[in-house]
Amino acid sequence: MLYREALNRAIDECMAVDEKVVILGEDVGRYGGSYRVSEGLVAKYGEARCIDTPIAELSIVGNAVGMAIGGLRPIAEIMTANFSLLAFDQIINHASKLHYMSNGKIRLPMVVRFPQGVSKQLAAQHSESYEQMLSAVPGLIVWAASDVNYAYHALKQAILMDDPVLFIEHELLYNKKGEVDVDTPLDPFKARIVKEGKDLTIVSYLKMVDDVMTAVPTIEKELGISCEVIDLQSLNPIDHATLEASIKKTGRLVVVEEDHYTGGYGAQIVSFAAEKLFYALDAAPLRLAGEDVPIPYNRSLELASIPTPEKIAARIVEWGKSNGL
Amino acid sequence: MEKRIAEEIYYLMELGRRFEYAAKEHYMTGEISGFLHLDIGQEALSVAAMRAFDHGDVFTTYREHIMAIARGIEPKAVMAELFGKTTGVSGGKGGSMHLFDPTHFFYGGDAIVGGHLPNAVGCAYARKLEKAGHGVMAVFGDGATNGGAFFESLNIASAWKLPVLFLCENNRYAIGTEITRVAPFLEQAKKAEPYMPTMEVDGMDAVAVYEAVSEARDYIEKGHGPIFVEAFTCRYEGHSMSDAGTYRSPQEMQICKAKDPIERMKKYLKEYYNMEDAYFDEVGKKAQAAVDTAVEFAAQSPEPEAAALFEHVFCKECSDVVS
Repeated sequence: MLYREALNRAIDECMAVDEKVVILGEDVGRYGGSYRVSEGLVAKYGEARCIDTPIAELSIVGNAVGMAIGGLRPIAEIMTANFSLLAFDQIINHASKLHYMSNGKIRLPMVVRFPQGVSKQLAAQHSESYEQMLSAVPGLIVWAASDVNYAYHALKQAILMDDPVLFIEHELLYNKKGEVDVDTPLDPFKARIVKEGKDLTIVSYLKMVDDVMTAVPTIEKELGISCEVIDLQSLNPIDHATLEASIKKTGRLVVVEEDHYTGGYGAQIVSFAAEKLFYALDAAPLRLAGEDVPIPYNRSLELASIPTPEKIAARIVEWGKSNGL
Repeated sequence: MEKRIAEEIYYLMELGRRFEYAAKEHYMTGEISGFLHLDIGQEALSVAAMRAFDHGDVFTTYREHIMAIARGIEPKAVMAELFGKTTGVSGGKGGSMHLFDPTHFFYGGDAIVGGHLPNAVGCAYARKLEKAGHGVMAVFGDGATNGGAFFESLNIASAWKLPVLFLCENNRYAIGTEITRVAPFLEQAKKAEPYMPTMEVDGMDAVAVYEAVSEARDYIEKGHGPIFVEAFTCRYEGHSMSDAGTYRSPQEMQICKAKDPIERMKKYLKEYYNMEDAYFDEVGKKAQAAVDTAVEFAAQSPEPEAAALFEHVFCKECSDVVS
């Protein structure tokens, strides 16, 4: 099953059993979604539940908040992460706070989905990543789907939950193929150990997980080590237990992320390791992140702005050699 | 207006004003803190609109103590919230600006100007989808009509014929900036004219507000789509307790207070129902007693436990979903 098909199936199954589930966003209905995630749903569930909205992101999320207050279970799609900035007031001031400010009286069973990250030459206003900002918002659950199976199960759980969930996808993952085990639910709050190893923990999420896995054979061969690769999946709250067990085992930590280095999400993971696991570390951690520049259009500049499998392998090998590996 | 309703409105206006003076007093003594926005002068609007919109959902702003009470939330739960106590309607976590009570279909208490309008529109979508037969009232000030959320909300509510009653309380000032300095006209209903029918009402006249909001409520409940009611009013106090109000002249305030909504309602009751001074004295005493009880309750209520800090960040059930 493709990643986008897994997302579609999750939504479809929820809409089939609960008429309170609705989707809304730009072109999610008749058009089937910019990345075809909602393809075919309007034919099954009608336009009243597959709502084509105007290009007004503040209202897409703001209406979803109101729909949730009114008893629906809305899934709002924002076409791309950069556009979500127009909805930040609704995500941060409303969706994430109403439950707390009302002392639990208001529940917001809603999902906001958007793809993010560098795709292919979409330039600075269509290529950014905002998990660092949105994971810093108390009251908002943030999940990032790298794995097709996770995409299916986590999105389903997100729709079923009474908390607002920000569900982050990646533009280059929509056509990724993977197995989905529909009969075995998973815990979406848990990180996934993509590959076990004993010498080095590499923590990543979203598309960078795949790039790390591409780089791993080179790293293992060059350094003569085995790497453990962790896909965080839940960015807020963080599965600290899985991280701790792995870091204690390997004694070394590398974090690979696509967002900008300064203030990037990986800093939180390194901070956790430095504060809580300092004496378990045999070397200072390494962070590989995007450069602190707006994402440029030109393909070679664009690739220079983010980690790639080649750069990930080269940087980790270099770092490993000077850090006792 | 029916006598029963007129009496109820008069009592709630008396109660509301006394409640606000008590809040002011306890702000001065430090028991209430934060931003406190008083509704004194605007009681006709707050009370009569809530009584007229007696079924359906309400989304309003941070100047909402009287609206919450008129909606049916107990004054003591509102006062306790202002005091930050655990018995407050939002458990002491919301404060003056964030009073929530879904059992009264009262959803704040929103302190982002205009930010609640898309929420009201979304709720109206839910009501239309479920064929609830009632709609949503969104209350906001003139200051909210210059922001993007307002225009998006007019557009969507109109495009989808959603049952939204947009109620603009035009008191002419966005904190200290007079509306005509930042908008091309005084009447903000003009902005809604391309999208929906609009009505104008004297917001200092409770009877007029009650009738206008009742008519508007009927309109949205019949499925005609949204409607816009603009009520001109006047707040006697500053924007909040931290506003000395130097931008308004004493003459302006004098003209404003000559239209006092409580005096006006008193006059109405005297003229139409021959109510006498003894009645008004009685109502005043009853209202004051309710306020005194609320203050006493708030003062004696416990502070939230330390553990409350971490409660309701997420919904408790969220982790139970995985199975």
